[in-house]
Amino acid sequence: MSNGHATPLISTTGTRDGRGSSGPAAELEWSRSGAILTRRRRHLVLFGLLAASIVVTVLCSSFGAAALSGNDWLTALRELITPEHGDSAGTAGVILFQLRVPRVLMGFLVGGALASVGVTLQALLRNALADPYVLGVSSGAALGAAIAMLLGIGATSILLPMLPLWGFAGGLIALALIYRMAQSHGRLPIHSLLLAGVILNAVLTAMIMFITSIMDPARSAGLMAWLMGSLTAPGWIGLIGIALYVMAGIMCLLYYAPVLNVLTQGEDTARSLGIDTEQTKKRLYALTALLTGAVVSVSGMIGFVGMVIPHVVRMAIGSDHRLLMPASALVGGMFLVVSDTIARTAFAPAEIPVGIVTALAGGPFFLYLLLWRKDRMV
Amino acid sequence: MSSSLEQISDRSSTNPAIAVEQVSFRYGRELPGRPWTIERVSFDVARGEVLGIVGPNGSGKSSLLKLLAGLLRAGSGQIHVLGQASSDLSPIALARMLAVVLQEQTQVFPFTVAETVLMGRFPHRQAGWWSFGSEADTPGDLACAQRAMAETDVLSLADRPVSELSGGELQRVMIARALAQDPAILLLDEPTAFLDINHQLDICSLISRLREERQLTVVLVSHDLNIASQYCDRVLMLKAGRLSHIGSPAETIKPDVLQAVYECEVVVDAHPQTGKPRVTMPMRIG
Repeated sequence: MSNGHATPLISTTGTRDGRGSSGPAAELEWSRSGAILTRRRRHLVLFGLLAASIVVTVLCSSFGAAALSGNDWLTALRELITPEHGDSAGTAGVILFQLRVPRVLMGFLVGGALASVGVTLQALLRNALADPYVLGVSSGAALGAAIAMLLGIGATSILLPMLPLWGFAGGLIALALIYRMAQSHGRLPIHSLLLAGVILNAVLTAMIMFITSIMDPARSAGLMAWLMGSLTAPGWIGLIGIALYVMAGIMCLLYYAPVLNVLTQGEDTARSLGIDTEQTKKRLYALTALLTGAVVSVSGMIGFVGMVIPHVVRMAIGSDHRLLMPASALVGGMFLVVSDTIARTAFAPAEIPVGIVTALAGGPFFLYLLLWRKDRMV
Repeated sequence: MSSSLEQISDRSSTNPAIAVEQVSFRYGRELPGRPWTIERVSFDVARGEVLGIVGPNGSGKSSLLKLLAGLLRAGSGQIHVLGQASSDLSPIALARMLAVVLQEQTQVFPFTVAETVLMGRFPHRQAGWWSFGSEADTPGDLACAQRAMAETDVLSLADRPVSELSGGELQRVMIARALAQDPAILLLDEPTAFLDINHQLDICSLISRLREERQLTVVLVSHDLNIASQYCDRVLMLKAGRLSHIGSPAETIKPDVLQAVYECEVVVDAHPQTGKPRVTMPMRIG
């Protein structure tokens, strides 16, 4: 992204010089100056980020209360492939494949989902400060989970897998409420949507606080930690289920990347370019709500990932959603994995909620933008 | 070859670029008490014509333009674009014939100028769902965008973020995006609003040039009666949602017509270069 060189307000050369040259010449010139997103740049960035993601995943699985070396990894992998020791698997193997790797992968999925939902909502609401929690779907999911905990569902181990379902149901109910409140004449105007989101957030948060205050203190501490956002190691079946769900959701959002580009130009302009904006918006809000509800119900309210990551990635690689969407998903995944590793290890053996780490990293970054890079705050 | 070309131009010349028949419109159709914003308006726009829509504040100029653009749906009446009823056309099909530059154009995200102009190629994209949004711009798209940027003189801005452009630059980028759509008809809402006189001149001479080079049909809404007079073939005057006058600048930009439409006195003389009507505010004392 070059912006340094001064261009005269009216250039006298452009009209005459430009007319003779053809498309491919423009592609060469524009790809060199970064004026357009080329296939090559897209592939380079994505392969680079994918490689970085693998490195981060392996490294972060090695850190923890017990640090694991490369040798431990090899032993564990060999045991996994040829379980000749019967049921007496090695400690390294248990730590890696029952605890660390599932948790790291879960963190990656949650971070990726939050970042791509953030990208989508920022484009839809035409606001670079929007995040996955702005519409109140997350508060609905949190309330659902809080009610489940109040009823004791989360406390008994048999019913523990029910918790995400309660959260998910809460998120869906919140989405239905927002649609009812914001819709007028079959349309979903941005302003009424944001207003409905703010109101719903306030009411639902009050209800969560009420539940926390009447709860048995021992359990309300657990609820608070969950509300601040925390990751736990899921079982492999649960992990695969969430992975399929989240990846399907992100693929759907990727499909809309060219449409999101056009939607940033304003709704009337997008319609004049052939987009059925009302239908597209409804589908995209539903997609983001389905992803947010699922993610909140498994990991609580992890803040800042969905707002800061799209912002940073946009500053680094540009605004085109064909690259911004997948790149943000990968960077968001890595960011949450690293944050969770800090949350696990900084005060080991005690853990702090990962939401605290992401907020402590994200808040000062926004302060930096506000104080020194005002021109970059869109 | 030449005969087939003639046939095409023959057939096309039978239909006007835009035909508006008895169109009425009001906001909030469910509320019966609302007054009509546009009431029983009929007119044609010929191919290659530049039509200016003028009228007092709140007379329905922008609403009429949005009706033509298919952004608002007429309550009654019909609008035909190149011979086809616009209510029967899909949004994509309409977007391939007709482009619009609206006033609402705040740029929230730092897309580059080239990326923004390329968005005009959206109605022409061929990619299927299986590409999952990863399709790149085709050489044809790039050629279209480059031609549009050359015409509007923004090629040198290609890699600049749109969020950092001046008003005049941004307006030319928006027109380039509309031209990249490769439309037959271009609709402009207040194309010279908030621009200094140098940039106003830029935009106006651009419109004249486009009409000659691309045989574009242009409909523009303007508050500036002089721009309508100098650059439009015909001027349509709206008053309270009704068509008050339509005709050449010499027929419409006249003291008695303007007095009737705007309810104030104006001074009209001849432009020293073109001889077309020129409107000046009178001195009002007391």
